Amino acid sequence: MSILIIIASAILSVAAIVALWRVVRGPSIVDRVIGSDVLLTTLILVVGTEMVATGHTRTIPLMVVLAATALLGTVAVARFVTRPEATATHTAATGSASARPDETEKGMD
Amino acid sequence: MVDAEPWASILDIVAGVLLVGGALLSLAAAAGLVRFPDALSRLHAATKPQILGLVLVVVALALSQRSWAALLVLTPVIVLQMLTAPISAHMVGRAGYRTGDFDASTLVVDELAADVADAGRSDLPGSAEPTDRPTGRAPRSDASGEPSGEA
Repeated sequence: MSILIIIASAILSVAAIVALWRVVRGPSIVDRVIGSDVLLTTLILVVGTEMVATGHTRTIPLMVVLAATALLGTVAVARFVTRPEATATHTAATGSASARPDETEKGMD
Repeated sequence: MVDAEPWASILDIVAGVLLVGGALLSLAAAAGLVRFPDALSRLHAATKPQILGLVLVVVALALSQRSWAALLVLTPVIVLQMLTAPISAHMVGRAGYRTGDFDASTLVVDELAADVADAGRSDLPGSAEPTDRPTGRAPRSDASGEPSGEA
């Protein structure tokens, strides 16, 4: 059984290193986000594997917190990526469409 | 409980096999991160160990602990991951589509392009490519009928 745990740990180490390589090398920020997501998932699996290997249950709350908050950074970066194009289009459309300022004020509300 | 020892060793071996399975899923995601060409393909590979790999490792942990308290605390891990992983994958896929970080020639059908064209968003990548496939004006009605891609 311990040899299986050693094999699983080695595979998880390779996966974490490859995900970190993608985070460093990723051509776009979406690639980096996906790589960091894989790295975080691998970290959760490493925490579980370590608990199986040593036989304690002290880091189960760490698994719960990581599984619950894994989406926060991803959603924040995804919104950060898609936000500037939308606001630029919106301001361009409102600036070109209306000539009178009161119409602009009504449109802004 | 005379024969508790062979069951314990069998459960430990099953737990080790499940751990190796979860690790192999994570390695498959890492291989997809290296081998696949664009961000949306990498997203497809990256979302595999988030549910199944975690389920395998959590089941292995429950089999090695063999207590109801551990199972009770391990259940929210899977439930929370099942709740949050589709949200993050959806948001990353949305960002990947909006930034144009995919090869449009590898798509069989771009089902979002017709809706982007209907919405008049010229800043999104679906409206930039020429509409050479008949997915045009009524995408909802004939979506189930004719296979418009060149698959």
